[in-house]
Amino acid sequence: MLRKLIINTAMAAVLALSSGVAFAAGGERYVENYAFPHEGPFGRFDQTQLQRGLQVYTQVCAACHGLRYVPLRTLSDEGGPGLSEEEVRAYIEQNYIEVYDAELQDWRAATPNDHFPQSSMENAPDLSLMTKARAGFTGPYGLALNPLFKGMGGSEYVASLLTHYTGSEKEEFGAILYGNETYGGYFAMSPPLWDGAVEYGDGTEATVEQMALDVASFLTWTAEPKLMARKQMGFTAVLMLSLLAVLLYLSNKRLWAPVKARAKGYPAE
Amino acid sequence: MSGIPHDHYEPKSNAEKWLHRRLPIVSLMYDTLMIPTPKNLNWMWIWGIVLTVCLVMQIVTGIILVMHYTPHVDMAFASVEHIMRNVNGGWAIRYIHQNGASLFFIAVYLHIFRGLYYGSYKAPREITWIIGMLIYLMMMGTAFMGYVLPWGQMSFWGATVITGLFGAIPFVGDAIQTWLLGGPAVDNATLNRFLSLHYLLPFVILGLVILHIWAFHTTGNNNPTGVEVRRTSKKDAEADTLPFWPYFVIKDLFALAVIMAAFFAIVGFMPNFLGHPDNYIEANPLVTPAFIVPEWYFLPFYAILRAFDGEVWLVILVDFLTAGIVDAKFFGVLAMFGAIVVMALAPWLDTSSVRSGRYRPMFKWWFWIFIVNFFVLMWAGAMPAEGIYPYIALVGSAYWFAYFLVILPLLGVIEKPLAQPATIEEDFNAHYGKTGGQGGATAPTPAE
Repeated sequence: MLRKLIINTAMAAVLALSSGVAFAAGGERYVENYAFPHEGPFGRFDQTQLQRGLQVYTQVCAACHGLRYVPLRTLSDEGGPGLSEEEVRAYIEQNYIEVYDAELQDWRAATPNDHFPQSSMENAPDLSLMTKARAGFTGPYGLALNPLFKGMGGSEYVASLLTHYTGSEKEEFGAILYGNETYGGYFAMSPPLWDGAVEYGDGTEATVEQMALDVASFLTWTAEPKLMARKQMGFTAVLMLSLLAVLLYLSNKRLWAPVKARAKGYPAE
Repeated sequence: MSGIPHDHYEPKSNAEKWLHRRLPIVSLMYDTLMIPTPKNLNWMWIWGIVLTVCLVMQIVTGIILVMHYTPHVDMAFASVEHIMRNVNGGWAIRYIHQNGASLFFIAVYLHIFRGLYYGSYKAPREITWIIGMLIYLMMMGTAFMGYVLPWGQMSFWGATVITGLFGAIPFVGDAIQTWLLGGPAVDNATLNRFLSLHYLLPFVILGLVILHIWAFHTTGNNNPTGVEVRRTSKKDAEADTLPFWPYFVIKDLFALAVIMAAFFAIVGFMPNFLGHPDNYIEANPLVTPAFIVPEWYFLPFYAILRAFDGEVWLVILVDFLTAGIVDAKFFGVLAMFGAIVVMALAPWLDTSSVRSGRYRPMFKWWFWIFIVNFFVLMWAGAMPAEGIYPYIALVGSAYWFAYFLVILPLLGVIEKPLAQPATIEEDFNAHYGKTGGQGGATAPTPAE
């Protein structure tokens, strides 16, 4: 019976591995393993990239999608796109951002304390948390090592989604659906980006991939605005606790030394 | 306490004597802290401290989170985002609380496995074991309800699936389910009562933890040899033990610092690794996620729940014999709770007179298969219930029950245990002393 059980367990293990690989290789969704500057324990946001991403969001995505959980004032927060307070106000003005005020029972111009608008199209999901609400590249071999070392990888999902349209279309219930490898099927969003869709102020060439990476990076910030502070805390905490652990290890060793000496038959100090 | 002869607290100053006559609280604290502890305890005896720290950490962070959280279906999700964005340090508190649950369960599983290997559940420590199992059940309830509070997609659908289990109880199931949910489906009433209970249960756990500690302070700690501390004289007892303070406090604190460093690496660098992306989508009763998966710490039991589907002959037989009262769904629920019940009954199912697995050559094998099986079940629980996975889950579930109901009772009869050391002192000296000329001199710690 023991032998049978060992064989069963071994079989289960082999199956586990093989099916995991098959799952990764033949999965329906394809997520490109893009590299982002904010990935991994040492990763930091690239501020100019966040600003470019904000531009792509504002000029392209915002037509349909909202960022309902993100207060506008956080655009000037540390560890974000780093706009000045004047720039935030200018941003609101230039883009005619309005909010519905329940007290006035009317629309009014937004202030920095208001949030970004909600999605203007009912079936366009809010993007505030999109990069945390989607799994990214879960490889290699479906082992989820990438998320372990680089973070959940939703940024990869967003960038892949924007760059991996198959080009095929189909009509369903009167609506045109667009094939997308990352989505793993057809959905209603037409390819939103084309080369030169926006004009970057810093001279970066606005290729589809560049814009996709920029906006994915920006949406990572909207989902995790305290990412930099969090990693900073991680380092401080790990460093201090390691130091504490070393001190406690030495204390413990010293504390037990006489006890262990007695065990060897030596007289205690 | 513990019946081990040792020095007790003696009030010295007049103030101490005055207090001691009225409330012997200093004496209680002294005896708790100075309890004679077997000096051969290895590194698997640190999880109790880790668990206590986890409980305190979860209560403290939880109290702060409640100050900013809104238990309403329209606002809960947004209030969590408010905590993450606008509350000073809110993101840190929430990530600590969220990952703290995982640390809590890692520690409790290792603590339970240690008890199973070294026979800590055997007489006279059955009550400690039973209370421990109750704590574990309460932890599962608390963690489950806590997971519902952020009101994400997995929160909502997890709550729907798990409360649905109670609906499987024959005759009264629907009534119980409605009563639990406060309505026909998971809604605002559910969210409110889950917050209320999520806040209450940790304090019940705290009370049980005190009983748990009281119980094993009465019997004394088990130890890696399973041999009892000599109570024949104070000298003998002192040769086997050391006071908890400072020897084990410092040792445990060192282990705790290492574990917390790893914990904060997770909180700092990958706080969402153990979570599910779907829980960052606000709950929507109209959209069912593709896979509803519980948190990792529930997966082995989720696998057991799903293993017994309507195609297993045992399920069909029971269904037939009970005239359909125990159908496949209810059978699964019984199996899931039964898995914990048989574990709680281990003190009476294990017939071996030898406590520690160290001196049980056959037991060791079965134990390690049990551990591997636990991870196999965990993995099977994360997979969709199709293809080969239900079969694997079924084999794993069968082994879980066989381990407690067949293997433990039989091993006590057929196994020939190895020779045990006569005393703890002998074991300690053999490890650190001159015998063999190695081992002790180089090993800096009381690990095995």
